Amino acid sequence: MMLARLAENLFWHGRYLERAEDLARLINVTAHLNLDLPSGLSAGWQPLIRITGNAARFEENNEEPNERNVVRFLLFDDSNPSSLKVTLEHARENLRSARDLVPREVWEQMNALYLKSTEQLNSKLSKRRRQDFLEELILECQQMAGTLQGTMSHDHAYDFMLIGRHLERADMITRILEVRGYDLLPDTAEDLGPFESIQWMSVLKSLTGYQMYRRHVRSRVSGRDVLRFLLRDGQFPRSVMYCLLVLEDLIGGLPGEDDRSLRSVTHLQRLLNDTQAKSLNGRELVSFMDQLQIELAQTDLAIRHTWFGSEA
Amino acid sequence: MNLENYESKEFFDELIGKGGRPRVASRAVWKYLKSLDENELGERRSACDLAALVAGITFRVYFEDTGVDRAMPFDLIPRVIALKEWETIEAGLKQRVKALNCFIEDLYNDQDIVRDGVFPAELLENSENFQEQCRGISPPLGIWAHICGSDLVRDGDGTVYVLEDNLRIPSGVSYMLENRQVMKRVFPELFEDSGIQPVDDYPSQLYDTLASLSPSPSDYPSVVVLTPGMYNSAYFEHAYLAQQMGASLVEGRDLVVDNSDRVFMRTISGLEPVDVIYRRVDDDFIDPEAFREDSMLGVPGLMRAWRSGNVALANAPGAGVADDKVVYAYVPEIIRYYLNESPKLDNVPTWKCQNPDEMAYVIDHLDELVIKPANESGGYGMLIGPRSTKKERDKFARLIRKDPRNYIGQPTLSLSTCPTFVQNGVAPRHIDLRPFVLSGLQTYVTNGGLTRVALKAGSLVVNSSQGGGSKDTWIVDTEVS
Repeated sequence: MMLARLAENLFWHGRYLERAEDLARLINVTAHLNLDLPSGLSAGWQPLIRITGNAARFEENNEEPNERNVVRFLLFDDSNPSSLKVTLEHARENLRSARDLVPREVWEQMNALYLKSTEQLNSKLSKRRRQDFLEELILECQQMAGTLQGTMSHDHAYDFMLIGRHLERADMITRILEVRGYDLLPDTAEDLGPFESIQWMSVLKSLTGYQMYRRHVRSRVSGRDVLRFLLRDGQFPRSVMYCLLVLEDLIGGLPGEDDRSLRSVTHLQRLLNDTQAKSLNGRELVSFMDQLQIELAQTDLAIRHTWFGSEA
Repeated sequence: MNLENYESKEFFDELIGKGGRPRVASRAVWKYLKSLDENELGERRSACDLAALVAGITFRVYFEDTGVDRAMPFDLIPRVIALKEWETIEAGLKQRVKALNCFIEDLYNDQDIVRDGVFPAELLENSENFQEQCRGISPPLGIWAHICGSDLVRDGDGTVYVLEDNLRIPSGVSYMLENRQVMKRVFPELFEDSGIQPVDDYPSQLYDTLASLSPSPSDYPSVVVLTPGMYNSAYFEHAYLAQQMGASLVEGRDLVVDNSDRVFMRTISGLEPVDVIYRRVDDDFIDPEAFREDSMLGVPGLMRAWRSGNVALANAPGAGVADDKVVYAYVPEIIRYYLNESPKLDNVPTWKCQNPDEMAYVIDHLDELVIKPANESGGYGMLIGPRSTKKERDKFARLIRKDPRNYIGQPTLSLSTCPTFVQNGVAPRHIDLRPFVLSGLQTYVTNGGLTRVALKAGSLVVNSSQGGGSKDTWIVDTEVS
């Protein structure tokens, strides 16, 4: 027997923790990329605001989208519902309610991560310390995932955390591809910029996919192949397809007759399989990513309706 | 350690009798404490702090940034009661709780006790805890207060008195259990063949009591603990008891009452029936349909379901009618009336301001009495006469004249003491005792209960909200040790 409320708490904990980790990766990779590119070519920090979907709120402040302002907005800003600080707060609060269901170490890790991060985020972070801090945060998120995987019964409580995590991850990948891909994919195949490869590498790196891409794709880093890898690879844990396969498996094991969530996931898989990602131009990529995001939102809604008793 | 100089001058001390000699049941522990040198003692104390930290860690982590500390400091020296004496107290508690349950059942049904002129009708009319919605209801076994926590104190001459009965949602039992865990870890030697009665079966007794109330005939009744949520100060206890009983810990929003007045909880597999609710939410908040409309903690329709007999609530709504401090004054009569027995446990002599001549006495003697409002708990809104200022006494005289029904006066008791660790060694500190009584098919009394101690020298206030601590309580069978 599992209370719907606690299942929902764990689902959201999974989502928020993944969001925190992804945000940390994005910021570090962007910082690196901007160091490598000549200033004229750099896309700067503006894309991060678009990826996290809070452009309107950022613009309210009328601030220039430079590193200082964007990073502050993404890391500390209490008014930004997706800032790292707020995200970690939500991750912790949701786990707190359901903490009797997870191994004690996991709650302690979450708590320590939150307390440490809040302290860091409230102090002035230099660029150098920021990078260390974000790298540690990524490791700590991974450590929590590892502790869960290795010490918690793989019961429904565990499943809901994983469902939240993979739904969030799939969504984040499409956002990164949408924003970066639009800038990077030329309208014609010949129109390759001189720094194309290095920028696609940064996309891969933001998803820790560079090394695995190298091993499995075995070609030079090109936009087409990166897209294919991040959308359709069935083995890389940060590809959309991989997330969907995990979701299909987990959702299929949940109780109940309502199969809307499962149908939504398989629909997403079909969309991916049927689309020739290689031949998309920038504009088409954006609209395809939009389509995926809308369907992911449908999956989310169906899950909430079926198991958490939210109104459809 | 050096305990030769310990003495509790004008008070009854629980461990040490006249002439500085330990009482029979306390001999073993006293001898043991004496035998420890400073180093050993230091080790025990830090082991105790550590054990308490480990045991309490859940609690600390919950609240580490919300300004709520672990509710009670723990003192290493146990409070000891001889089994022989305890058996008479236990019998007295059973008698008392049985009579109180008869009283509540009667008040909500025929009101014989009022008709027979034993309990004044006007007291009932003015009672804040009498719930009109409970009229005409008779819960299973006729029991309303399934879990009762009565506070006991010992006066200077050694007499044990009942100070008050908590029939709504008494708390503290988790500290009793946790304190014992700590003591067993720190003083394992003392628990070997010393005849200390165990307390650990409380959660399973509680479960059996709750299960015995189930309206549906099944081997596996669905029992839940209803909590106001994790920001409630007793949440740790709610979670702890639920876990120990293997019951689900639910909040109001997890439960739903359908059109046929049955209660369900929302799970990932849909709605699952609920048979018994150990509710730790106050009457006023349990059902916005029946009580406070603005309650976010309750379950709309819960009273309907309970009325229809589809779910058991422990304690039953309305049980609090018998724990206000004016009703308290009538408990001896209540026991005689329903059980035709004389009370085995004494009430503290009580003046009811309700009666004009008693009110006059109280107002004339404010400087020597303790004045309590009828419906407050936790030591709030009290006047302790001997320590009050003229201004405070004048204020209480006004309050009493304005609302006499709401006040009682009692003599200032010289609460007994127990040796307690303080800054420099060991000193006497005042204590009380809260045993817990479970009433279902059977009646069960905890072996001892929660001993609370006023950590400030001379203080009589043991409430955790006002700086009290707690001790382990040992019921010792001296025939064995």
